[in-house]
Amino acid sequence: MLHPTPILKETPSQTAGPYVHIGMTPNFAELRGVYDDPGATMLSEDTKGERIAIVGRVIDGAGAPVADAVIEIWQADAQGSFAGPAARHSNSAPSFTGWGRQAADGDGVFSFQTIKPGAVEGPDGRPQAPHVSLWIVARGINIGLQTRLYFADEAAANEGDYVLNKIMDKRRRQTLIARREEGPVPRYVLDIHLQGEKETVFFDF
Amino acid sequence: MSAIILPGADGSLYQRDMAWHPPAHTPGYKSTTFRAPRHSMLSLGPTKSELSGPTFGHETLGALDNDLIRNFSQDGTEAIGQRLVVYGQVLDENARAVPNTLVEFWQANAGGRYRHKKEGYLAALDPNFGGFGRAITDENGFYSFRTVKPGAYPWPNGGNDWRPAHIHFSVFGHAFAQRLITQMYFEGDPMIWQCPIVGTVPDKAGIEQLIARLDRHNTTPMDALAYRFDIVLRGRRSTMFENRLEGN
Repeated sequence: MLHPTPILKETPSQTAGPYVHIGMTPNFAELRGVYDDPGATMLSEDTKGERIAIVGRVIDGAGAPVADAVIEIWQADAQGSFAGPAARHSNSAPSFTGWGRQAADGDGVFSFQTIKPGAVEGPDGRPQAPHVSLWIVARGINIGLQTRLYFADEAAANEGDYVLNKIMDKRRRQTLIARREEGPVPRYVLDIHLQGEKETVFFDF
Repeated sequence: MSAIILPGADGSLYQRDMAWHPPAHTPGYKSTTFRAPRHSMLSLGPTKSELSGPTFGHETLGALDNDLIRNFSQDGTEAIGQRLVVYGQVLDENARAVPNTLVEFWQANAGGRYRHKKEGYLAALDPNFGGFGRAITDENGFYSFRTVKPGAYPWPNGGNDWRPAHIHFSVFGHAFAQRLITQMYFEGDPMIWQCPIVGTVPDKAGIEQLIARLDRHNTTPMDALAYRFDIVLRGRRSTMFENRLEGN
């Protein structure tokens, strides 16, 4: 078996710049009346699964909040299947979009209302631990940063997870594991450190 | 011996050529100093989580979403500036069209001013220009929108750095690992080659990929000039099987 090589080069990435909120979350940027912010709502009444909030801060290497960031998440539903905001050429929205987008606020804080995902099969044929994919852009980030959020209350699954186990420095695995805070809607809290002692593990998937 | 190629037979993507993209820390662009991760990215093949991605139906778009000349108009007055049609094809690295994918764009107005509360440039706002829009590619991977040509503007980086006229683009593709943000520049602009952000792209041929070409054939007579900007996303690896036809 051979793999042909690509014919074209991927378009080079460029920073999203300081005004990315205009283009990606216009209503958050107070530009109203054109269209709703894409990805603002992931859930519907019919969504199955445990309601959770995912919250965190994006912080730079000097400890300052990254106020001009946009964070996107992509995740499986409670059964471990991937959906989409709308099936192609269809008017029927699925009950769970799987995709969310939020702007970081002035303190670098972001928040998603979603559900806890089910397990998705890994490349080794075994289930991966439940996780959420994250993608972060901002001024000063030259290429979108890919990372993952795992759940602290899934310790056994995390222990056997294909991706976590690829992180050789075990201490750095902790940068991906969100702590659970109980409440009417449980919150999973994970800060994204772009740089420094607690630098988040970023992936080239 | 004959061979057939099964597109995406193993479903995976070509590995990203990180040497083609800007490195995380580019000292000429000072904002990267505290925002660039210092550890190398961990290179792994994508799993199902990264090979899947959100899809967007045409019905989610409004009629003016791809018309920046009119989509923020307060009273029907059109935006001020040189009128343009910007269009192009979204392709993958195999030169296959990427249909039904969301393309978002945002930009400064004709004077080089963004409509943002933290923007302090003294050029005037245009009350009828918001500076953002979106389109979904058609079955052949084409998108298009109407806008006005953005102005160049100064920014606090070096003592007297100016951004060349540019439009920001966000593109999805069909896998979350194809997600891309980039910027489009205009053919013939001498300021492209003086910009520290453009200069984060290591290869001149890579920078040239970011420059839209003037396209006189698609000009709207007595109305708008046309620029073409094609975008290439990561492609799915094809697997070549020798003399095997099953699964096709």
